[in-house]
Amino acid sequence: MHIMEGYLPPIHALAWTVAAAPFVVAGVRRIGRIIEDHPETKLLLATSGAFAFVLSALKIPSVTGSCSHPTGVGLGAVLFGPNVMAVLGSIVLLFQALLLAHGGITTLGANAFSMAIVGPWVAWGVWRLTSGFGRSVGVFLAAALGDLATYCVTSVQLALAFPDPATGFGGALVKFLSIFAITQVPLAVVEGILTVVVVNLLAQYSRDELSALAFLRGAK
Amino acid sequence: MRRNWILLLMAAAIVVLPLIVTGSAEFGGSDGQAQGVIDGAGYQPWFRPLWTPPSKEIESLLFSLQAALGAGLLGYYVGLRRGRGEGRKERQDPVHAGD
Repeated sequence: MHIMEGYLPPIHALAWTVAAAPFVVAGVRRIGRIIEDHPETKLLLATSGAFAFVLSALKIPSVTGSCSHPTGVGLGAVLFGPNVMAVLGSIVLLFQALLLAHGGITTLGANAFSMAIVGPWVAWGVWRLTSGFGRSVGVFLAAALGDLATYCVTSVQLALAFPDPATGFGGALVKFLSIFAITQVPLAVVEGILTVVVVNLLAQYSRDELSALAFLRGAK
Repeated sequence: MRRNWILLLMAAAIVVLPLIVTGSAEFGGSDGQAQGVIDGAGYQPWFRPLWTPPSKEIESLLFSLQAALGAGLLGYYVGLRRGRGEGRKERQDPVHAGD
């Protein structure tokens, strides 16, 4: 889902940055509130960021014969709400843009919008809708669909910037989705499974923090 | 936590399966493929990365570092909480601690 440095026309790069900025600002405020109200969850917050760090570093082979990586933002989104991940996800993307030439500064806004904003919001929304079916089902669907949503947004972003000369936006969207979305399906399943494993561990060892966050309220 | 081991095995199977099923594939990155499509349309990127890892080796070093930092913190956190829980159990029931 990384749009490489310079690979969005300046207007698009600027527009996505402007669109992403308010979410990051809201996320910074939210993190401040969480640290103030529940200081005991500070380390869990850092751990949610660490999970995104690990997962987005793993290039995993897919049935399409190409490789892609999970995002790891679903965990923090279901635990702390989506805005927190706007900040943590952007830090991951900044690390990769500066040190790995993976993604870029000019495309940071667009990449943050897909991975650090839409992904976590979809994960959080799915969690709210499905947690009634059980904790594992809800966490799995949240993380997997959030992962998939990120790659769909990347496809839309690229199709908007590079519409097909003959078939326009729609044709380009199909082209980019065929690169990103199908490859991502098994990876999204892997991300869902790994997120469930971590939440299982948290449910066993971090009950205090989860109840401070009201995480298990309504979902057992 | 037998359930977690089963889940981890499932995840590993999904990762390994493509290597067996599509043995002759190149497994290039999807990000690079999209980049190729855009290059093919004649687009010239207007900005270059400020710094690029000088080789594939350095790049993999930095990716490993990223994963190691994340995994390190994750392991530290779970270990810390587990240890705290066991310490609590021990104080409540010193005889059967660790059962």
